[in-house]
Amino acid sequence: MTTFNTSNQNADPYASVRETTEGRVYSVTGGDWDDLVTEIGATQEERVVVNMGPQHPSTHGVLRLILELEGETVTEVRCGIGYLHTGIEKNIEYRSWTQGVTFVTRMDYLAPFFNEAAYCLAVEKLLGITDQIPERASIIRVMLMEFNRISSHLVALGTGALELGALSPMIFAFRERELILNVYEMITGLRMNSAYIRPGGVAMDLPEDAIPKLREIVKELRTNLKDTEKLLVGNTIWMKRTVGVAYLDLPGCISLGVTGPVLRSTGLPWDLRKTQPYCGYENYDFDVVTADSCDVYGRFLIRIYEMEQSLRIIEQALDKLKPGPVMVADKKIAWPAQLALSGDGLGNSLDHIREIMGSSMESLIHHFKLVTEGFRVPAGQAYATVESPRGELGAHVISDGGTKPYRVHFRDPSFNNLQSTSAMCEGSLIADVVAAVASIDPVMGGVDR
Amino acid sequence: MGIEEKLPSGFLLTSVEKLAGYMRKNSLWPATFGLACCAIEMMAAGAGRYDLARFGMEVFRASPRQADLMIVAGRVSNKMAPVLRQIYDQMAEPKWVIAMGACASSGGMFNNYAIVQGVDHVVPVDIYLPGCPPRPEMLMDAILKLHEQIGNEKLGINREMIVREVEAAALAALPTHQMKGLLA
Amino acid sequence: MSDIVKSTPKVADHGAFGVSGTGDTSGYGGLVRKSSQIGSSERPFGSYFDEVVDDLERAYPSFSDAIEKVIVDRGELTLHVKSARLSEVALILRDELKFEMCMGVSGAHYPAETGRELHALYPLLSLTRNQRIRLEVSVPDSNPRIPSLVEIWASNNWQERETYDMFGIIFDGHPALTRIMMPDDWPGHPQRKDYPLGGIPVEYKGATVPPPNERRSYR
Repeated sequence: MTTFNTSNQNADPYASVRETTEGRVYSVTGGDWDDLVTEIGATQEERVVVNMGPQHPSTHGVLRLILELEGETVTEVRCGIGYLHTGIEKNIEYRSWTQGVTFVTRMDYLAPFFNEAAYCLAVEKLLGITDQIPERASIIRVMLMEFNRISSHLVALGTGALELGALSPMIFAFRERELILNVYEMITGLRMNSAYIRPGGVAMDLPEDAIPKLREIVKELRTNLKDTEKLLVGNTIWMKRTVGVAYLDLPGCISLGVTGPVLRSTGLPWDLRKTQPYCGYENYDFDVVTADSCDVYGRFLIRIYEMEQSLRIIEQALDKLKPGPVMVADKKIAWPAQLALSGDGLGNSLDHIREIMGSSMESLIHHFKLVTEGFRVPAGQAYATVESPRGELGAHVISDGGTKPYRVHFRDPSFNNLQSTSAMCEGSLIADVVAAVASIDPVMGGVDR
Repeated sequence: MGIEEKLPSGFLLTSVEKLAGYMRKNSLWPATFGLACCAIEMMAAGAGRYDLARFGMEVFRASPRQADLMIVAGRVSNKMAPVLRQIYDQMAEPKWVIAMGACASSGGMFNNYAIVQGVDHVVPVDIYLPGCPPRPEMLMDAILKLHEQIGNEKLGINREMIVREVEAAALAALPTHQMKGLLA
Repeated sequence: MSDIVKSTPKVADHGAFGVSGTGDTSGYGGLVRKSSQIGSSERPFGSYFDEVVDDLERAYPSFSDAIEKVIVDRGELTLHVKSARLSEVALILRDELKFEMCMGVSGAHYPAETGRELHALYPLLSLTRNQRIRLEVSVPDSNPRIPSLVEIWASNNWQERETYDMFGIIFDGHPALTRIMMPDDWPGHPQRKDYPLGGIPVEYKGATVPPPNERRSYR
């Protein structure tokens, strides 16, 4: 039961008080801070519950942090999530398998290619064509995923630094990110959320002049990434803010199901690209970056050095590229459209249209049936995982034999990693909460799906 | 040197409306309301390559009380809608809203139980910006169109007249379900 | 057959085009597809699955009581566990067989399987042995209770809350089983098959596009 404090004639309309079963609740929507503080001070209640609401510049997206404070020390942290819940998993049940890619790509919007890759790997497992994916498609997938890893880490570093007060690294990080977004645009047509990786391979082949441009961009990235590194690594203020903050050691990580840079900051070199390789990762030579300190600084260093390792992988991928098909050979599954950029935008290439309308009836039928109905996937379930920049991203796909997925569930790494905020932050200062959330690097689209 | 050199006898005449419009549009401060993917493109628009600072808008105010413009960037879920309305209410007049992206304009590709089908169900929107996500250049185009709108806004009695005219026009206009387009 | 088939008089011709009934022109309207009940797989399972099942049998004497089916499909091992025995099996899998991480709970709703409508799937990962298996638990709609595994794998806290929110599966022993994705007072469990998608028809210049769950489409 709540009673409003109507006895006070000077009741502040912006800072009302009400009594609830949990004690007094103060709603502060403006008004005089000093008045409020004196009133709270008068109640002898030392613990204050503060809501770092869903709209806040320092919480990575729409995350609601409910902090119980004793002075400046945080005694309890609870996360309120669900503010970005989109019902993607239910929506996919009404779309065909290929259309599912367009939905899935928007879950973890900083790492769209990883979402697509996990989904497509699971669907290909169900179809049983994992071995028939052409090598060129796998190499392009690896290349795009590694570029995506770099761009995601850049956003993590930039926004993490921004939240802790360092404004310049964000500008540097986003400058680098523009280079990578140019790569995506050149290859897929879109800067973000391109439904490019499809079950069976990738949607279209690389443009002809892509490889020399990509090599140039990799060279440019190598030199530019050093700028961000120089700004923050060894920076006294940065280290004071991040060393020893948000400590989560190995037993903590394992019991909380935390994977990714947070797990690797404890010293365990667990990286799915090495331990359970997919898409041909076993053929690439790269190191798994770990740190020993289990704190924010360690995770930050891991992200910086992982970007360098990703550049190594991309160079190896560019060397491995050989001409070939990019879609599986089975015409009953392969996405039929050959897209090309023409005067009025991206659409079916004229060659393809000439073929299906003029020469091959089968191509026409395949194109029609695959685009309208989609292919059928035999019944069963599969769980495919990729190592996304945030941890293990798993796609659990259940099929009932039809053209639409029966159930798609994503095990998003941010969802599990965010649970560990309480373990990391209780007992620390409010500013450390911000650093901890920045080091986990949650993407709320993936958390809430 | 500038405009002050070219003035005849050193006097510049203008109307209060034009002056107020000029001041308002050249220092619009956006409030951070980045929700999902469009927020990343909004951040890219504020970063070095597509620079919003050229309009004086690179300071994304954390507090809505200091902001003029709310760029709703991303999908608004049913749980987030009351928060959106509260932030809008906390902004001081004059305020404008850009619905950035397909999800904010109309629910986008997510036509389901969880997403508000268009942020105009919750707040009045001035500019709808389609795209999934719209490029930073598209966002800047929307901002420039908004600048034009703001620069031409009327004050006082003129504003009331305009509002009445717009309402009369809207009441007399053809309803959307009677517009036939190419399908009739 | 020498009978002459008498032609039946036509009652009425309503034209050859236009939607009537469901509007399904695919020709598949009359097909009835039964969901395939995959039976237990036979030994040898292949790769590390034999080892895992043997270890589990050795460590857990009431294996045949608790495990209903062992399925090896598409390179993955799925153990169907009875809901009452789930905690015991999970504890043994974590301690003896070293499956340290549980990758979450995925719910699934099969309204056609009466008595076993709601499934909860737990993918498990062993870091020390680099192995993956899956546990599947089926409970009826009338009593959707599954023992909570939060004490065994703390990561299941939010995952079980999400499964409860989306499917209505109640996890006994969960410290705080509340809605996590939907607003706290939302009625219904959205990802069940009997919950509508909730889309609205979209109108544009005289034409109306129905929401995705009401469009004509292939199954």
